[in-house]
Amino acid sequence: MSTLLSQLRLAALPPAAMALRADIKAFLAEALEPAPPHVRARSWMGFDAGFSQRLAARGWVGVTLPAEYGGANIDAFSRYVLVEELLAAGAPVSAHWIADRQSGALIMKFGNDAQKDFYLPRICRAEAFFCIGMSEPGAGSDLASVTTRARPNDAGWLLNGQKIWTTNAHHCHYMIALVRSSGEKEDRQAGLSQFIIDLSLPGVTVRPIRDLSGDAHFSEVFFDNVQLGPDALVGQEGGGWAQVNAELAFERSGPERIYSSIVLLDLWIRMLRESPEGRSHAATVGRLAAHLATLRNMSITVTARLARGESPVVEAALIKDLGTEFEQSIPQCIEATLGAGQGSALEAELLRTLAYVSQMAPSYSLRGGTREILRGMIARGLGLR
Amino acid sequence: MFLEALEKVLADTVTSAAIRRIEAGEAPDAVWQPIEEAGFLDLMLPEAQGGAALPLAELFPILVCLGRHGMPLPVAQTIVVRALSGGRVAMPSGMLTLTLQLQRTAGGAWRCPQVPGGQVAAHVLVADGDALLLLDCSSAAREPVGDRRSLAADLSWRQAPAALALESGGRDLPAFAAALMAAQLSGAMQRCFDMALDQCNTRVQFGKSIGKFQALQQQLSVMAEHVLAVAIAAEAAFRSDRQAPAALAAAVAKSRASEAVSVVAATVHAVHGAIGMTDEYDLGLFTRRLHDWRLAYGAEHAWNLQIGAQVLDSDRSIAELVQAV
Repeated sequence: MSTLLSQLRLAALPPAAMALRADIKAFLAEALEPAPPHVRARSWMGFDAGFSQRLAARGWVGVTLPAEYGGANIDAFSRYVLVEELLAAGAPVSAHWIADRQSGALIMKFGNDAQKDFYLPRICRAEAFFCIGMSEPGAGSDLASVTTRARPNDAGWLLNGQKIWTTNAHHCHYMIALVRSSGEKEDRQAGLSQFIIDLSLPGVTVRPIRDLSGDAHFSEVFFDNVQLGPDALVGQEGGGWAQVNAELAFERSGPERIYSSIVLLDLWIRMLRESPEGRSHAATVGRLAAHLATLRNMSITVTARLARGESPVVEAALIKDLGTEFEQSIPQCIEATLGAGQGSALEAELLRTLAYVSQMAPSYSLRGGTREILRGMIARGLGLR
Repeated sequence: MFLEALEKVLADTVTSAAIRRIEAGEAPDAVWQPIEEAGFLDLMLPEAQGGAALPLAELFPILVCLGRHGMPLPVAQTIVVRALSGGRVAMPSGMLTLTLQLQRTAGGAWRCPQVPGGQVAAHVLVADGDALLLLDCSSAAREPVGDRRSLAADLSWRQAPAALALESGGRDLPAFAAALMAAQLSGAMQRCFDMALDQCNTRVQFGKSIGKFQALQQQLSVMAEHVLAVAIAAEAAFRSDRQAPAALAAAVAKSRASEAVSVVAATVHAVHGAIGMTDEYDLGLFTRRLHDWRLAYGAEHAWNLQIGAQVLDSDRSIAELVQAV
C-alpha cells in the first residue's frame, strides 16, 4: 500500500473539542440573526462584520492564536467544531474567515514580533479583515507565474501590478499577497515573497466583480506605485512559495470543503419530512449522509495531523477534491427531483436556495486549487510524477 | 501481534493458485486449516474460553488483511459468529457464515437466499428478533447463486433445520455483517490500488511508463481518494463503545464501500488493459471479490434506504446526525 494512503488512520475529536459544541450552539441561538435559507446558503461567502465582531467578543475569532494576542489558544480540533457549527448554521463568517483560518496562523508562524503585536490582536477583535492575493490575470492555476512586483527602495518596497478573483477584497483591510520581490518571471518559484498590504494605501484600487449569482464576492485589485514600508514583508524575502504551501493544508482540509451546500441539503430534507412522497428519496438522502459522514471523518484525520504540527498537503488535496465533488453533487441530486411540484412555500424557498447553490457550485472546485491541480498533486504524492 | 501472524499465514497459504482451486470447488483445507489451527477464529472470545479477548477496534485490521489477500472462504464470518456466541455455548467446528435473510413458508420450509460462503459453510447464523439461531447446513439444499466461484448459495430446508439458539446478539447481526464486508472490501481495494500503481510504474508505452501520462495520473488520484474514503468509513464502523459495531456507522461503511467498487474496479481494469481481462492474470481474482462483497448483505442501495429512513424519521440536522458516525 502506498505510504500516502496508509498514513491516514481514523481519528476522533477529543472530549474538550466536543464539549465546546453546546456552547457554540447556545451562542448561535442568540447572536445569529434569523435569515432565510437562500441567504444562509452563502455559507462562508456570507459577509456580516457585525456578526464577526459579536463572535470576536465571545472570544471565537483567531481562536488558535495564543492568549497574549487575544486568541482563545484552542487546538485545531476545537476550531474544527467551531467552524463546523458555524457552517451548519449558515452563519455569515466571511468577514473574519481568511484571517481566522490562515492569515493569523501565517503571521504567527512567519511574522516578526512587531507584526504579531500589531495584527494579531486586531484579528482577534475582528477589526482586521484579510484577503489572499494569489491569482492574477495571467496566473491562475500556474501560480508561480505571478508578475505583480515589489521593488526595494529607500522607504521599503514599491508595489506595482494586479490581483484578481480576490475573495472579499472590497470588504477587507489587508491583503496578504504573493508577489515577485527578486529575480524574473523565468525564475518561477524563486524570488516570490509574501507582503501584507494595507488596502487603504494610496495607489490601491479595488473593484468588485459581479458574479453569476448577482453577488459581488470577489474583486480585482490594482497596485499603482503603492509605497509599502519595510515591515510589509512577512517571513523571508524569496520564501513566499514555501510559506504559501505551508498554508495549503489548513486551507484545503477543513469542514468548508464538505459543508458548502449543507443549508440546501437540510432544507430539502425538511421538505421531504413534510411531504408524503418524501420517502421515495430515502436512498438519495442516505447516500448523501453516508458520503458526508465519511468525508467528515476523513477531514478530522487530517485535522489530527495538523494538530500534531505536520503539514499533510497531499492528503488535504485529496480530501478537498473528494469533498468539493460531494458539495457539488448535492444541488445536482436535488435539482434532479424538482420542477414538477405543487408550488408550496417551502418548495419556493428551496428553489431560491437551489438557484444560488447550483450556480455557485462550480466554484467549489476552482477556489483554493482546481480539481486538476489537486489531482496532479495527489499523483505526485503517489510517486507518479 | 495477531495481525503480523495472520499476515504471515495468509501470505504463505492464500496464493492465487489456492484461491483458484477453492473457486473451482476443491477442498479448502490448505487455506482453512492453518487459520483454524493458529486460533484466529476465536480471537474475539474471552480468554477463559480460549480466545484472545480482542477488542472490536482491533478486529478491523484483521478483516482488512483478509480482504487484501482476497480470502475466498467465510473466515471473517466465522470469527464474528464465534464472537457472537460469547463462549456461552460450544460452537461447532468448521466454517460458519451469517445471513440477514430468513424466509419461512407456511408449509414449514426454511430458506436463506444469497448466503455468502453458503456453498461451503457447515452452519449459518440468522437473527430471530434479538435471538440468534445457528442453523445446520448439512441438511440444506445448496444452490449456487451468481458467479459459482463466489461460493455464495441459496440454502433451503424442507423443514426446520437443527439449530443452536443464542439468546441475544440478533440486533447486532446486521451491523456486524455490514462492517465485516466493508473492512474486507477496504482490504481488497487496497490490493487493487497497489496493482494499479505497480502497473502504472512498470508498463511502458510510447517510450515511458504509462504512469507518466496525465490522463492516468488523474485516474489514479481519484481511485486513491475512494480507496482512502472506504478505509476511513470502514474503520469508523469498528469505533464503538460496545463489542459490536454501531448500526449507523456500519451502514455508512457498507454503503460507501459498496459504491466505491464501481470506480475502483473500473480504474484498475482500465490501467491494466487486456492482460487484466485474462483468466490467467490475478487481477480478476480481486475484482471478482469486489463485486461479490459489494452484493454481500446488500449493496449500497439497500443500506442507503436504511440510512435515509433514519435521517427522514429524525428531526435533527444532517450535520448532527453524521456527527454520530
